[in-house]
Amino acid sequence: MADARLAVPAAPTAATKAPPRTPRRRRSGRSAFLFLLPWILGFVFITAGPLIASLYLSFTNYNLLEPAVWTGLSNYRQLFTADPRFYTSLAVTGVYVAVSVPLQLAFALALAVFLDKGIRGLNFYRSVFYLPSLIGGSVGVGLLWYTVFGYDGGVNQVLRGLGFSDLPNWIGNPDTSLGTIVLLHVWTFGSPMVIFMAGLRQIPAELYEQAGLDGAGRFKQFRHVTVPLLTPIIFFNLVLQLIQAFQAFTPAYVISRGTGGPADSTMFYTLYLYIQGFTRFDMGYASAMGWILLLIIAIFTGLNFLFSKYWVFYND
Amino acid sequence: MTSPTLTKSRTDTRGPELRRRSGRRHSTLKHVALLIGSIAMLYPVLWMLKSSITPESDIMTSFSIIPTSITWENYRIGWASGVGGGIPVYIVNSLIVVIGCVIGNLVSCSLAAYAFARLDFKFKNVAFALMLAGIMLPYHVVAIPQYVEFASVGLVGTYWPLILPKILATDSFFVFLMVQFLRGVPRELDEAAAIDGAGVFRTFFSIILPLMRPALITTTIFTFIWNWNDFFSPLIYLTDPAQYTLPLGLNSLVSTESGSGLGPLLAMSVLSLIPIALFFFFTQKYIVQGIATTGIK
Repeated sequence: MADARLAVPAAPTAATKAPPRTPRRRRSGRSAFLFLLPWILGFVFITAGPLIASLYLSFTNYNLLEPAVWTGLSNYRQLFTADPRFYTSLAVTGVYVAVSVPLQLAFALALAVFLDKGIRGLNFYRSVFYLPSLIGGSVGVGLLWYTVFGYDGGVNQVLRGLGFSDLPNWIGNPDTSLGTIVLLHVWTFGSPMVIFMAGLRQIPAELYEQAGLDGAGRFKQFRHVTVPLLTPIIFFNLVLQLIQAFQAFTPAYVISRGTGGPADSTMFYTLYLYIQGFTRFDMGYASAMGWILLLIIAIFTGLNFLFSKYWVFYND
Repeated sequence: MTSPTLTKSRTDTRGPELRRRSGRRHSTLKHVALLIGSIAMLYPVLWMLKSSITPESDIMTSFSIIPTSITWENYRIGWASGVGGGIPVYIVNSLIVVIGCVIGNLVSCSLAAYAFARLDFKFKNVAFALMLAGIMLPYHVVAIPQYVEFASVGLVGTYWPLILPKILATDSFFVFLMVQFLRGVPRELDEAAAIDGAGVFRTFFSIILPLMRPALITTTIFTFIWNWNDFFSPLIYLTDPAQYTLPLGLNSLVSTESGSGLGPLLAMSVLSLIPIALFFFFTQKYIVQGIATTGIK
């Protein structure tokens, strides 16, 4: 690519004598700029620029066709005082995050501990448990869920086979539809599990040996050796999974056919944002929603870090 | 890895033979539990596989994962279904987008990572912090102004809004991954190259880039899988069915009800997951390393 340009001759004396610091540094600065050029353009036009623009748009009324009209806090006022659907979407996402993230992490930790002790076939099990993480967010799996949890889908066949009757249409029923999406998310516990497994490998074997000599059984070892030493990893997974869960979109869209139904029971926050911004083209309103989401995620992440000093144990 | 004997507690006073046997039983139990767990985890996928080769009328009446009669009809009908060219066109479109994204990420992220890891420049720490902050930024916050931007230059309805962000190194995750990787590459190599008269560009292309292979492979795998699965951006930017990527096309098979039915829908869903499964089976080592070092999904 830039091979022709790199004929910048290096100081021939370099081998015997270090060149004066300043010119070399300046040259380094100039080439650093070239290396960073794509990133700088991306930062300005794809990340930071739009981030600031969306803050501006959130104070306007804008539909893409006519110029944005400044309306001050009106979008935010509308959201918080006159839009029950906004609260519904917050509640749906809140329930989703609050139920699926802890469950997912619990499964991940349990399986990681279970798989840790040099078990035969480790690679096989790890693959099986990890695979859903790669495909869980895809449209293909969303459609599978849509099929399996539909009225006569596979799940009801199994339950009927077990003797249950009077079974609901899991997706068509507002009481159970969100549950199917939570289940889909919990199913993808493989990626935090692999991170836990890597963390477990860092725990020195001597500690278990010592604990064993002190008479600690497996459960006590787990409680007093594994968990404390793993808290930094638990914290890391928690932060990561929370951020990701707040942004869930595809399964909700695919399973509810883009409606958030039935009765708004799967109206995820991002789905409502999408509906406002890209089907109603109320882009000022959707931008306000975007910033609220950003603040929510920032607050949760900040609280996480704040509380981490009470329970995360750093061994250094 | 810790050896299993370490977990034996001191109170175990049984003879070695007895202990070994109970250990074996314990481990058999464990394997049985794990196998049941594995089947439960894979059940949805296996059921989908089996249903994709089951005659339409039998799909919903059986929860078994063992096929009774095999038919390729679902694949044949599914392959020919869809609007605007259908599945084969969606696959080609997806490949165009994904390959563009992979090349974009490989080039731009490695360039940026080299600058962050090895070069000296003003505001380096600030720039690095901003880059890291980019990892946390939810896409939905910037999606709208980005759309406005792309619309104003007439790029809505093209693949550029999907590929350009990658060419401009906005997947901070991979920049971070590569910076971390470069921290493990000895600086002496750079210095030796400089002593031999190589400039920074030459050092980068002939010394550093080849050494970065593992990080580049991880980046390729995850860029491929994520963008192959990506649904939100294509949904926003692609309106002409002839341009649909596979996820968008698959989703439209339900909404248009183009008469294809459940069997073909599942068959095409299986088809959409095959490239991911292939990547997974052949590059597992890199995937596991990638997640373990950076926490990628």
